[in-house]
Amino acid sequence: MEPGREEIRIGFYVCHCGHNIAAMVDCEAVARYVGKLPGVVASRDYRYMCSDPGQDLIRRDVGEHGLNRIVVAACSPLLHEQTFRTATERAGLNPFFCHLVNIREHNSWVALRKQDATRKAKALAQAAIHRVRFHRALEVKRVPIRPEVLVVGGGIAGIHVALTLANAGKKVFLVEREATLGGHMAKFDKTFPTLDCSACILTPKMSAVRAHPNITLWSLSEVERVEGFVGNYKVRVRRRPRYILEEACVGCLECVDACVYRTPKFEDAFNEGLGKRKPIYIPFPQATPKVVLIDPATCLNLRTGKCKKTCVEACGDRQAIDFTQTDTYEDIEVGNIVVATGFRTFDARRQPQYGYGTHPNVYTALEIERLVNASGPTGGEIVGRDGKKPRAVGIIHCVGSRDRKTHVWCSRVCCMYSMKLAHLVREHAGAEVYNFYIDIRTPGKGYEEFYNKLLDDGVHFIRGRVGEVTDWAIAPEEEGRLVIRVEDTLAGCTRRIPVDMVVLATGLEPQADAQAVRRLFNMSCGGDGWFLERHPKLAPVNTFADGVFLAGCCQGPKDIPDSVAQAGAAAAEVLSLIDRGYVEQEPNTAYVRDEDCSGCKSCVPLCPYQAIGFDTGRNRAVIQEALCKGCGTCVAACPSGSIVQRLFEDDEVFAEIEGVLAYDA
Amino acid sequence: MPYGYFPGCSLRGTGRAYEESLLPVFRHLGLELTELTDWNCCGATAYMSVDETQACVLAARNLALAEREGHGEVVAPCSACYLVLNKARHYLEEYPAMAERVQGALGRGGMGVRGRVAVRHPLDVLANDVGWEAIRAKVTHPLRGLRVAPYYGCQIVRPYATFDDPHDPVSMDRLFEALGATVVRWPLKTKCCGGSLTGTIPEAGVRLVYHLCREALKRGAQVIATVCPLCQFNLDAYHDDIARRWEDVRIPTVYFTQLMGLAFGLAESELGLHRGFVRMRWRRGEGEIASKSKITSKSKITSKGGSERGEGT
Repeated sequence: MEPGREEIRIGFYVCHCGHNIAAMVDCEAVARYVGKLPGVVASRDYRYMCSDPGQDLIRRDVGEHGLNRIVVAACSPLLHEQTFRTATERAGLNPFFCHLVNIREHNSWVALRKQDATRKAKALAQAAIHRVRFHRALEVKRVPIRPEVLVVGGGIAGIHVALTLANAGKKVFLVEREATLGGHMAKFDKTFPTLDCSACILTPKMSAVRAHPNITLWSLSEVERVEGFVGNYKVRVRRRPRYILEEACVGCLECVDACVYRTPKFEDAFNEGLGKRKPIYIPFPQATPKVVLIDPATCLNLRTGKCKKTCVEACGDRQAIDFTQTDTYEDIEVGNIVVATGFRTFDARRQPQYGYGTHPNVYTALEIERLVNASGPTGGEIVGRDGKKPRAVGIIHCVGSRDRKTHVWCSRVCCMYSMKLAHLVREHAGAEVYNFYIDIRTPGKGYEEFYNKLLDDGVHFIRGRVGEVTDWAIAPEEEGRLVIRVEDTLAGCTRRIPVDMVVLATGLEPQADAQAVRRLFNMSCGGDGWFLERHPKLAPVNTFADGVFLAGCCQGPKDIPDSVAQAGAAAAEVLSLIDRGYVEQEPNTAYVRDEDCSGCKSCVPLCPYQAIGFDTGRNRAVIQEALCKGCGTCVAACPSGSIVQRLFEDDEVFAEIEGVLAYDA
Repeated sequence: MPYGYFPGCSLRGTGRAYEESLLPVFRHLGLELTELTDWNCCGATAYMSVDETQACVLAARNLALAEREGHGEVVAPCSACYLVLNKARHYLEEYPAMAERVQGALGRGGMGVRGRVAVRHPLDVLANDVGWEAIRAKVTHPLRGLRVAPYYGCQIVRPYATFDDPHDPVSMDRLFEALGATVVRWPLKTKCCGGSLTGTIPEAGVRLVYHLCREALKRGAQVIATVCPLCQFNLDAYHDDIARRWEDVRIPTVYFTQLMGLAFGLAESELGLHRGFVRMRWRRGEGEIASKSKITSKSKITSKGGSERGEGT
């Protein structure tokens, strides 16, 4: 429908939004003013335009007055543009003949005087009235969605996403960077507040992933490249060599026993460096896949080639050991991606006043998790690095959290895991436990109850951020121990508390390579580095990249129940897309007018969505509409003006400007 | 390019040994210091707490002088001067109202300040402009066997940690390693020396000095090395008092520059080493140091000293 071919008949509706708009904008005056503008056939004000009767108003007027353009002055398009487009469509018009004017967020909520707000509303409305006559009918395209899903990260969140989708009959590729599934949760001894054994609830799920016919599990693997768009992602996964044939290994561990290193010698990452491992090892007894791996950095044969290869001998006929393995690549096509890459803990060395790394008996919480774990380096016995059982233990909360010098956010799990460790330390070592906190935050189900139980049990809670952990003794009972110096803000004095072991409740921070991962999947990060959800309340697992979802701590600190809940939500979002079978694409995309394009390529690197390619044969830029998000960057940048964006074409934009300028009052 | 040099009052009074060792050491390293003409009081601690604006004007006048003389950087060896000059710079930058008052005051004297002069501590210059390797290369008489406890005090890293970690500064540690000495790790390197409390409320101030010296001795230090004239004075001057109240914890406290001078082979008599109350006598090559007292395991703290001890349950 070209402008000019038919008579333009505009319907205008201004919404009171209760008092939100009407308190600052004289809506009746706006309706009266706009009603007199050329082309406007109907002009009304109404209390709630988004309500059913409000939308019916539009439908009735289209029928009665033969309207062919609709302008609604109400709230932000983010909130209700779709509502009014749908109402317009139901009235029998192309939905893009409807235009929403924001007189709430951009006007009534920020204005100070009623006459100013009313003037601005009139001017904005007039701009829209000018603009809509140039609107063209746009078509919403549908793109089919592949049912396969990629899940990145095999912690509890990734596991839960994968199992939920696989149980719904979808094919899932689960890519995990480490040698085993499980993530951080596998390292915990107990989970709060119920104190059930972490491994006991996690490892069955790990085995279920391994056994599930719909899940392909790739450990020691990383996503290397992602191309395409929602419904049709092409992904390349790099699989690092394990030097073991996964299919042939039965996890008997005879090769580990046979290794030329008689005793474990190398730092064991799973035990936070508190234990030792051999060059050929399995991260922990319930590792999934239960397949050994060889660390190329410490294996004698891989490093020097001079080794008796007793492991190969021990493996015998199975011949599962293969020193010739190199990186391999898997190319897959998936419709959706769930990113569940998790977190890392704050490096306690960054707070030197707490003495981590200088005083041997200062531990991080994760180290204590391993120490109290029955399969940990001490078999669950709590002893310091000096081999002694502690009589008193201090747990310092908020290390690296809620601090402008490190990370400003609350890491959300530390209060609870500190209390859990307090309980476990008391139970295992019978020690006095002091918690040094700045606020106790126990907002989960049953969490406050746990806190009260600890108070009843006689765990000490001292409010105040610890100044330092020192070995400076000034009293006989402090000699040879660690002294925690703290201002007790409830007692109103400074205190010195001698202890034998200090536990630092380190906070959570984004993975070191979060920025690279963000770019890989075209996501955004908030100012704090966590992956950004599309809307904190209304789209908490979506990202700004369609078909890419978030689950677990990569979006922000979370405990296990929340991670699992969010993982379920991400799986549900994926399922709703897959089962609908197609996605609708916003039609306000950019396109290149070939005859004007000079082939300068300015637009190509600017596109944040990598939607612009270059046809070297024709020397023209090419925009892939399925990827274009209609941000307009290329349109603004194109020096020859050859890139145009639908719904923001020159005549539309100029008419809008004219409309604002024409308002004179 | 010579550095502007702001000695401050201490280096001409109680801290003479600092300047006496600093100047030859810097000369020895080929670093040139040009003293600011007509410099005035830096406006340090005492003044700052009485009248911030006036203290800031005093400090800013010195910065203005440095600018007028074309210095991009001014070296302030005294910790208090170093801090207050930095603070003035910071105020000029961050607080427009303060900047206006300061400029107004300077303006009446026909001066002005742009606040672009960097305030440097000699230790900062050594760490970042000279480097430990270059210093190591100048060492002719390594301080082998000398166990030094580096004492930074509170002011050079707090609140403005411009060249070292505010909780765990290490630049002096690196320096003494370069000089061949053994660095004693002790947790009190930035603890309070008592400041002017040693004069006003000696019960509180001197107790802090006692703890510092006691801990240094306990950790096997033969000498405490400091960067601050007030710290040096406090740690050096109250030993009789301390011995009377608690126990004898005599240990020499010297400036880091004095130890550098020794390691560079400069004449001992020119390094101001004779000025300390507790004398440091270093016999070259023999690893001997004169220090009268030794701490014994029987040493204990009387109840008077325990006010910081907690009511820990």
